[in-house]
Amino acid sequence: MKSLAELEEIRKRALEQISLRDDKEKIRVVVGMATCGIAAGARPVMNAFVEEINKRKLTNVSVTMTGCIGVCRLEPIVEVISPDGSKVTYVKMTPEKAVRVVTEHLVNGRVCADLTIGAYGQEG
Amino acid sequence: MMQFYRAHVLVCGGTGCTSSDSPKISAEFEAQLKNYKLDNEVKIVKTGCFGLCAEGPIVVVYPEGAMYTMVRVEDVKEIVEEHLLKGRIVKRLLAGNKEADDVNKSLENVGFFKKQFRIALRNCGRINPENIEEYIAYDGYKALGKVLTEMTPEEVIETIKKSGLRGRGGGGFPTGLKWEFAAKSQNDQKYVCCNADEGDPGAFMDRSILEGDPHSVLEAMAIAGYAIGANQGFIYVRAEYPIAVKRLQIAIQQAKEYGLLGKDIFGTGFDFDIELRLGAGAFVCGEETALMTSIEGHRGEPRPRPPFPAVKGLWQKPTILNNVETYANIPVIILKGPEWFSSIGTERSKGTKVFAIGGKINNTGLVEIPMGTTLREVIYDIGGGIPNNKAFKAAQTGGPSGGCIPASHIDTPIDYDSLIELGSMMGSGGLIVMDEDTCMVDIAKFFLEFTVDESCGKCPPCRIGTKRMLEILNRITEGKGEEGDIEKLETLAKNIKASALCGLGQTAPNPVLSTLRYFRDEYEAHVREKKCKAGVCKSMMQYVINAALCKSCGICARNCPVGAITGEKKVPYEINQEKCIKCGVCMEKCPFKAIFKNI
Ligand SMILES: Cc1cc2nc3c(=O)[nH]c(=O)nc-3n(C[C@H](O)[C@H](O)[C@H](O)COP(=O)(O)O)c2cc1C
Repeated sequence: MKSLAELEEIRKRALEQISLRDDKEKIRVVVGMATCGIAAGARPVMNAFVEEINKRKLTNVSVTMTGCIGVCRLEPIVEVISPDGSKVTYVKMTPEKAVRVVTEHLVNGRVCADLTIGAYGQEG
Repeated sequence: MMQFYRAHVLVCGGTGCTSSDSPKISAEFEAQLKNYKLDNEVKIVKTGCFGLCAEGPIVVVYPEGAMYTMVRVEDVKEIVEEHLLKGRIVKRLLAGNKEADDVNKSLENVGFFKKQFRIALRNCGRINPENIEEYIAYDGYKALGKVLTEMTPEEVIETIKKSGLRGRGGGGFPTGLKWEFAAKSQNDQKYVCCNADEGDPGAFMDRSILEGDPHSVLEAMAIAGYAIGANQGFIYVRAEYPIAVKRLQIAIQQAKEYGLLGKDIFGTGFDFDIELRLGAGAFVCGEETALMTSIEGHRGEPRPRPPFPAVKGLWQKPTILNNVETYANIPVIILKGPEWFSSIGTERSKGTKVFAIGGKINNTGLVEIPMGTTLREVIYDIGGGIPNNKAFKAAQTGGPSGGCIPASHIDTPIDYDSLIELGSMMGSGGLIVMDEDTCMVDIAKFFLEFTVDESCGKCPPCRIGTKRMLEILNRITEGKGEEGDIEKLETLAKNIKASALCGLGQTAPNPVLSTLRYFRDEYEAHVREKKCKAGVCKSMMQYVINAALCKSCGICARNCPVGAITGEKKVPYEINQEKCIKCGVCMEKCPFKAIFKNI
């Protein structure tokens, strides 16, 4: 160890690995993974989220799973829950859409309105 | 690039959980994660002690922070399938409120953790102690960096003095002052030692820190080395702590690889190295002069002070010795500042203290609380109360050097000075809870047996005096106490305290004196009426069968290990008191509750 800067480098890198265990409030990405979700392709969607979040080194986001959200015909369903409790529900997700949600919603804070349950409801 | 995981499964690898099969649990997690093809998404981390040892083995799953307790190997499949695959928390295994709807923050919700304040245990159960980078992630070695690049040794000592930190190994001596004495001793060679001997029966906080966060001790020792002008450290740890020893070895190795120990640390020209010395587990070797004698390779016996170690310690060189928990506080004090630290605790006892709570308490385990927390909060809020709703009688602190706090003082704020006032002491932090079924004479005898066993024999007051005291106690508990015995105990105690060579002998009479102070009536009842009200002393009680309740089933007779019970059908059974060894098995086995203790 030659300098404080070098220590800080390691600290940042290591913190990314374990920030999952922090108590601080995070954005939660919740993927519906009941039988219906998995059958509709929820697993690749979740993997896409994990991969993209990792690529962009977002430490304020956690990805978790939940059971059936209740609108099986719209699976895979993903909810993005902000620390303040507000919730956006994305439906009929694909890995490509997941990447978009990460870039637009999680990084830039712009909800992908066209992918939400509201938008789907209007179309259908 | 390192792999990103969406979930971490933390499995406790402390000594307690390890002995209840946590290694098998991690292996099963590994197998099940592979089975469900989740091994690329979920990471298994072996941590140090979480503190809730009574409920072990403990498993915590992040990001939810769900804490599972008493996990069995058979439960692992369910956790993987339900929680990690489907995202449904397995409520039946959750700690505390198993009905909780909002399990999102279950770790914080457990009453056991609510009143705690973790400084020394900050990383225990949170990081993988065998990975230096996880320690660095939570600001590890940052304090050492700060000290070496921004502070003078005098400023470091001033900071520690201002924080009000006092030694956690028993004596409560101000740490900054100790460092200052050693810094002022002129010598080209000085040493920094860490006391990890932890000999108090029932205490295991030092072991847990070493197992859960070894780097915090290494970092603090290097800081101490810089402050006093030493470049060599020794950790004296008992060989009976194999997991702690192994983690320390790994930690020292990794710190050397990262250049955080060794030569020219942070490019500042400061060198510091640490070596381990394994002790054989003698209580007296925790005493500072005996410890240093043992490190030097001699038989661990104390020597008179002065000279104090700060002047002439290890190999006659200026040396500081601090306890594991004392060290674990240092990096945080440096980073958060002495004002922050001294804002926690009481007037003359700053910060927190880790206690190992045991005995008649629901949540046996390790807790860290701000100084000044009351005994009532520790026992009822954190400890979850006393099993079977029995009444609280007293708590023992300070191990064989300490004494007891009776129920009438349950609202005393716990700190160094209040405990001394009550005739006990902080000690290293063992806290044994006793309920109404405890005989205080028997407890005093237990601790005295320990010191008689552990006396090194160098000075007569300790070697002979404590033995005489034990003989009197044996007499009293066997129902052979004589008028005047209590006074003899008091005279012996006074003389031993005044004349023993080291702290072991000087404090050995404390458990007797303290129980005499609060429970003299129990001693008197033993001596005069030959009665042990708690029904513990065997010579003063009998097991008897109530003839009216006995159904002559014969179960007691079949279970009696010495064949002391006889009887036949339709005639009540009887216990032959000559043969009876008073093991109590018959009372336990009797399906009709017809057997009683007669006291
Ligand atoms: C018989 C005896 C046993 C002791 N055992 C320990 C021990 O196991 N661990 C410990 O830290 N201090 C123990 N001490 C206290 C040490 O002598 C010393 O005061 C302490 O390690 C100093 O560190 P501190 O100022 O950080 O508490 C013991 C003292 C006596 C008299």
